Amino acid sequence: MSVLTVRDLHVTYPPDVRAVRGVSFEVGPGEVLGVVGESGSGKTALALAVLGLSPAGARVRGSVRLRGRELVGRSDAAMSQLRGRDIAMVFQDPLSALTPVHTVGDQIAETIQVHAGATRRAARARAVELLELVGIPDAPRRARAYPHEFSGGMRRRVMIAMAIANDPVALVADEPTGGLDVTVQAQILDVLRVAREATGAAVLLITHDLGVVAGAADRVMVMYGGRAVETAPVDQLYHRPRMPYTIGLLKSLPRADGAVRPVPIDGAPPSASDPPPGCPFAPRCPVSVARCGDALPEPVPVGPGGHRAACVNLEATADLDAVFPPRTAARPAEPAPRHRRPVVLKVEDLVRHYPQRHDEAVHAVDGVTFDVRAGETLGLAGESGCGKTTVLMEILRLARPQGGRITVLGEDTASLSAADRKRLRRDLQVVFQDPFSSLDPRMRVADILAEPLAAHGTPKAKIPLRVQELLGMVGLEKEHASRYPRGLSGGQAQRVGIARALALEPRLLLLDEPVAALDVSVQAGILELLDELRARLDLSYLVVAHDLAVLRHVADRLAVMYNGRLVEIGDAEAIYERPVHPYTRALLDAVPQPDPLRERQRRRTPLQGDPPDPSAPSIGCRFLPRCPKFASLRSAGLRRRCETDDPSLRLLDLSVDRQVACHHAKEAR
Amino acid sequence: MSGRHVSEHGVSEHGVTGHGVGDHGVSADPLDLPSPRALAVRRLLHNRKAMTGLVLLGLLFLFAFAGPLVSPWGHDEVDFTAFREPPSAEHWFGTTGSGRDVFALTVRGMQKSLFIGLCVAVLSTGLAAVVGAVAGYAGGWIDRALMWGVDLLLVLPWFLVVAVLSPAVGGRWPLLIPLLAAFMWMVTARMVRGMTLSLRHREYVLAARFLGVGAPRIIARHILPNLASLLIVDASLGVSVAIIAESTLSYFGYGVRPPDTSLGTLIADGSGTALAYPWLFGSAASLLVLIVVAVNLLGDGLRDVLDPTPSRHGSRPRPRLRVRRRYGGPA
Repeated sequence: MSVLTVRDLHVTYPPDVRAVRGVSFEVGPGEVLGVVGESGSGKTALALAVLGLSPAGARVRGSVRLRGRELVGRSDAAMSQLRGRDIAMVFQDPLSALTPVHTVGDQIAETIQVHAGATRRAARARAVELLELVGIPDAPRRARAYPHEFSGGMRRRVMIAMAIANDPVALVADEPTGGLDVTVQAQILDVLRVAREATGAAVLLITHDLGVVAGAADRVMVMYGGRAVETAPVDQLYHRPRMPYTIGLLKSLPRADGAVRPVPIDGAPPSASDPPPGCPFAPRCPVSVARCGDALPEPVPVGPGGHRAACVNLEATADLDAVFPPRTAARPAEPAPRHRRPVVLKVEDLVRHYPQRHDEAVHAVDGVTFDVRAGETLGLAGESGCGKTTVLMEILRLARPQGGRITVLGEDTASLSAADRKRLRRDLQVVFQDPFSSLDPRMRVADILAEPLAAHGTPKAKIPLRVQELLGMVGLEKEHASRYPRGLSGGQAQRVGIARALALEPRLLLLDEPVAALDVSVQAGILELLDELRARLDLSYLVVAHDLAVLRHVADRLAVMYNGRLVEIGDAEAIYERPVHPYTRALLDAVPQPDPLRERQRRRTPLQGDPPDPSAPSIGCRFLPRCPKFASLRSAGLRRRCETDDPSLRLLDLSVDRQVACHHAKEAR
Repeated sequence: MSGRHVSEHGVSEHGVTGHGVGDHGVSADPLDLPSPRALAVRRLLHNRKAMTGLVLLGLLFLFAFAGPLVSPWGHDEVDFTAFREPPSAEHWFGTTGSGRDVFALTVRGMQKSLFIGLCVAVLSTGLAAVVGAVAGYAGGWIDRALMWGVDLLLVLPWFLVVAVLSPAVGGRWPLLIPLLAAFMWMVTARMVRGMTLSLRHREYVLAARFLGVGAPRIIARHILPNLASLLIVDASLGVSVAIIAESTLSYFGYGVRPPDTSLGTLIADGSGTALAYPWLFGSAASLLVLIVVAVNLLGDGLRDVLDPTPSRHGSRPRPRLRVRRRYGGPA
């Protein structure tokens, strides 16, 4: 018998936003149902409705049964008795879900006391047990620590411990790994697995990440426009998807193995306030037929294991490549060998320390050297806090760095006058991560694009023509010019951001996580656009990203950063094929793959521990505390070298474009 | 709100076909967009709240300046036959204890108060916006110097300073405007500075800086417009505060002097006997309320006009993005 049964659930937010439109599913004991969808697909509204946490004013219709008991229509007080005891939630943002003024041990103990009526003492003891279960080292002591004393990954663990404190029968996890680094993400998924095994709970795993679902879920439900468009056992869904949207989603995913190029899904998700009468995906669907617009298609059985897809044109989706034809690698042949092309950006021994109290300093960037040559893309990868964004901002300041030297297009930034700097800004432009926060909400697209032109003295009469040209260049329509950023979809807004950066015809573009904030289906489109623009406008890119799968599809060369230093740099293809530094290897291992089989087979946690604290001083190799290579070293002499000698970047081989900062690089080959 | 809707549709009608440069190459402005200012004016004209406030304010001005022309009595004339008379056909708003016509006094007072209230509010909010934004955006020694000045003015007993300076003011009441404004802007300036500090690290401000846009332009185009709500509310509140502040000064003889008068003075004089002789107090007080209502309506409307955030119609909610971090070094 299933634990959680949802039948024909509708959720409508005021005034008339139809977030969920008739979704049905069930989850059995110990089963993980992955709910996958892009922003606006209704997956979070679904989770909140299941928990009875829909915001005031929301109308919830249909049925949610937890072990046969109806939850829809229960009062909040009645739901409160169930929540935390029978059904629990792992929230997306643990910092705001944990109270900052109580210790984590007390907070977990509280949930136990409230529901189980245990004594304070027993509840505390249980809290420590739970913290041990989710892998908090030194749990008895850490139970007395406050939430801010934990790292992001550790906080997630605490959240999970709290959720399973009362042995719930159902667990709802909303983006449990959102915003985490890949190495930590892998750890958290492991903890979630442990938690499920310990409680035997039915798990509803809500995420946008198909890679996460592949390894962690038993069955997957794909949501689009408030509908469950396809439900299937995980292997079935990844290998034989039938709904065009699922096919497109899987094909648009950038893959770290570089097997296929991501294919974008054109268009934007439907408006939830005014959904089309028929299939919500029909306007973007490459195989849509007239009938698609008639009525909402009901899910029909299409395969074994309860595989259902909501599509009226199933005959067209049997061959996946016919729906979204694979793109051929259109990367143009490189014009000249690397050493003959001019250097457009050169960073030498860059240092940036942020002074703290007590004579301490955060060593955000601590001696970074690289260069970018004309016509190439350098990808700068690393976990959050490794200093990659600081490198970018230091370059953009166009001022004398704290230490080292930055040369942009042959000009040393330390010796620039104000006029020189402004002139150089024409050639050096930036695209930010979040398009909505990088566009002034009070300006229309036309005004946003006109700003750099006006600032650099383009005659007023010529501006509108150039604005229109820019819109066309990034694939936007003229009508977008009169819109405000809010009236754009995420992908469109990022295109505006790119158009603004291109307005002054720069030669070097710095991109900070250009697709990290976007939905998967539009990511591919942006990546394709960047590729095309680079070739057409003869640009060079420096792309900062945490996602190695994304970088695989844009970077010619790759630099991997750890704790303020580069640990490996060289030809991107070669690094992806054969990473040398243990950190690069671990990072690549940790990238979730949209392939259930491989996800289940691979090493569970490629890297232990948290990202390092950049204010802690270190003598030897900075990666040592987490290094699997160091852990495997037998000889004391070799270990000593790692402990006392900080490795610098060294050429691996004179004939190969690869530098590695590891004492044991040669043997690792 | 409906105004925005209408005007934006007006805009998009022009540009739904293709985006090729050649399509519209003949026209000087291929996008054919109204300037931001024209757009704001158009929206203002369609905004019911703003227009109500504007019309009401216009009527109040008309009342204040046309009133003396129709009133049979002057503000400095005394009717020795009528002391503390309730409103009648002869004295429309009644008379005071000294036999002066309340209608004549009220319209006379309103002329002053409207000017003082509006000018002081605009001046002090403007000063606060500029000083606060410059201090917050520039940082460093400019910030320290400006904030030092703000703190100095905050601890200075303004009433004493005005009292000392009042001989210089003499009967020239317009001098009260800069004097009052000079002591009303500091708290707002601190607020503006604080908000600017957070706006400074917003990506769109960073983006503008990296595009080579100069600091004055960034302040004018990105910082201040995004503080518009705060500034408008501050200015609306400032109107009534200035009118009352002027009456306090006048009460002690530093502001508008008899036989001249102002709304604040009338309210202060009449409030003691408000229950026994309500007309002494009521007419001036209700006009003050009307002024404040008009200004607030206009302010609310302006805020709607300047804020592109859709609140009720059409547009879908902003997609939630997964953003990993913000800019700026560790704190």
